[in-house]
Amino acid sequence: MSIDTATAAKVAKLARIKVEEEDLPALAQEFNAILGFIEQLNELNVDDVEPMTSVEPMRLKRREDVVTDGNQPEKVLANAPDAREGFFAVPKVVE
Amino acid sequence: MSDLTKLTIAEARDALRKGDTTSVELTEACLTAIEGADALGAFVHKTPEIAMDRAKAADERIKAGDAPAMCGIPVGIKDLFCTEGVDSQAASKILEGFKPKYESTVSGQLKDAGAVMLGKLNMDEFAMGSSNETSVYGNAVNPWRAEGSAEALTPGGSSGGSASAVAADLCLAATGTDTGGSIRQPAAFTGIVGLKPTYGRCSRWGIVAFASSLDQAGPMTKTVRDAAIMGQAMMGHDPKDSTSADRAVPDFEAMLTGDIRGKVIGIPTEYRMDGMPAEIEALWEKGAEMLQDAGAELRQISLPHTKYALPAYYVIAPAEASSNLARYDGVRFGYRAKLDQGDGITEMYEKTRAEGFGAEVKRRVMVGTYVLSAGFYDAYYNRARKVRALIKRDFDMVFAEGVDAILTPATPSAAFELGQSFDDPVQMYLNDVFTVTVNLAGLPGISVPAGLDAKGLPLGLQLIGRPWEEGDLLNTAYALENAAGFVAKPGKWW
Repeated sequence: MSIDTATAAKVAKLARIKVEEEDLPALAQEFNAILGFIEQLNELNVDDVEPMTSVEPMRLKRREDVVTDGNQPEKVLANAPDAREGFFAVPKVVE
Repeated sequence: MSDLTKLTIAEARDALRKGDTTSVELTEACLTAIEGADALGAFVHKTPEIAMDRAKAADERIKAGDAPAMCGIPVGIKDLFCTEGVDSQAASKILEGFKPKYESTVSGQLKDAGAVMLGKLNMDEFAMGSSNETSVYGNAVNPWRAEGSAEALTPGGSSGGSASAVAADLCLAATGTDTGGSIRQPAAFTGIVGLKPTYGRCSRWGIVAFASSLDQAGPMTKTVRDAAIMGQAMMGHDPKDSTSADRAVPDFEAMLTGDIRGKVIGIPTEYRMDGMPAEIEALWEKGAEMLQDAGAELRQISLPHTKYALPAYYVIAPAEASSNLARYDGVRFGYRAKLDQGDGITEMYEKTRAEGFGAEVKRRVMVGTYVLSAGFYDAYYNRARKVRALIKRDFDMVFAEGVDAILTPATPSAAFELGQSFDDPVQMYLNDVFTVTVNLAGLPGISVPAGLDAKGLPLGLQLIGRPWEEGDLLNTAYALENAAGFVAKPGKWW
């Protein structure tokens, strides 16, 4: 399995990371090095193995379905790069 | 008292309780040491005011006779932990200026126990790295140097700042986190003790997430006893982390008898790697002999899927990272890229993430995106999770056969030089070859300094324990520490 620049561009797009056109070949090469390393996993027969979902067999705790906090918009917005009138501000989404 | 910064937690606790020193004196000594150690790049956000306030409060508590073991002890906190009102940016540009309005459970437990935070410690960006070179703050530097050399060495990673600070006596201990070896490898490179607890022992709440099924916080300390004391203060159930274990945390320090007679120590055949330096192999053999001399029984064991641990890790960890790091979008916290006329929200995401993440983080996020993408999910991600189940089964089987702990080298080499360029990223990943299996299987592991190499650099041995049996593991580590008698310290050049 070899990754070409088109696939690298697609992955960058899916990850929402801008990669300049001229950097795509090097990126594809790095992917190939890492994926080549990962290919070793194909040596194993895993047909009858269940994929691990939890490292320790324990049931996740459930909590009461109640409100535990809230009413702190100032704290929530305090670290936003752009907050206005109690909201996060972003570039126009809908025309 | 002289050399206050060189005290262990246990010594400082006893001195505080006897009134031989105060937390204010200890804290001032550490702050002075930190001021003189900028060349180490360990402390990246210093918090002297908070430290002095907490030290004064700790002294009051000690005077009132209400003092848990960590009360008044000056510690450093890895930058990955959210600390209320104090920069917490996981050594990434994308969290520039982020000052959380809350405190992580683990750092909060230390704070409630009276520990004194001196500041935040350097690390690899988002804990992705083994040399502390991916940090936005620049490198952390190992206080150790090879004999007769002035070449700067890595303190390891990702908890490189924590390791450097503890080894250089800038603080009495520090917090670390370990996803593939990020506590144990830097501990080994700097001649200190690093404990990764069983997955679920320490709450992950408020710790910047890298790979949530692998991440675990733990103590980095000067001695095994200190790891027992500080580890106990960091562990415990937390309703805010659904994977946090609702199990009692025992008094680990009380379990340090040093008596390991009759314990069965497994020596895994598969950890004898091709090209392993002879010094590492010799140290490993010496460590096994020490445990045998202390009354333990050695047993050759097999962990047949060991060689698949790193490739499985480099599917699972990036996959989880790509999901966890999706939250860095320039909207709610941290950095947002400058936008051009006409840029929409997609451009904002793409530019923010391109400028905010470093090269290694971007690489892993994209690899993770790829292995989770339609058409590849089964071939990569599910296969890796199946291999992970096999790796865990290897350990389950040897523990079921009566093995109490497993002895391995901690790292495949001593600390290497900073600035080495690796042709491909996989070279750097090999640093975690002995440690990563432990994260995949969720087990507790500890790195104990056990000797020096020919250049006078520290080397560590790793002990791996049964799940939830940190107390027994710490006791075996204590016996190893006693037998190894490691007392070397780096010469001060900074």
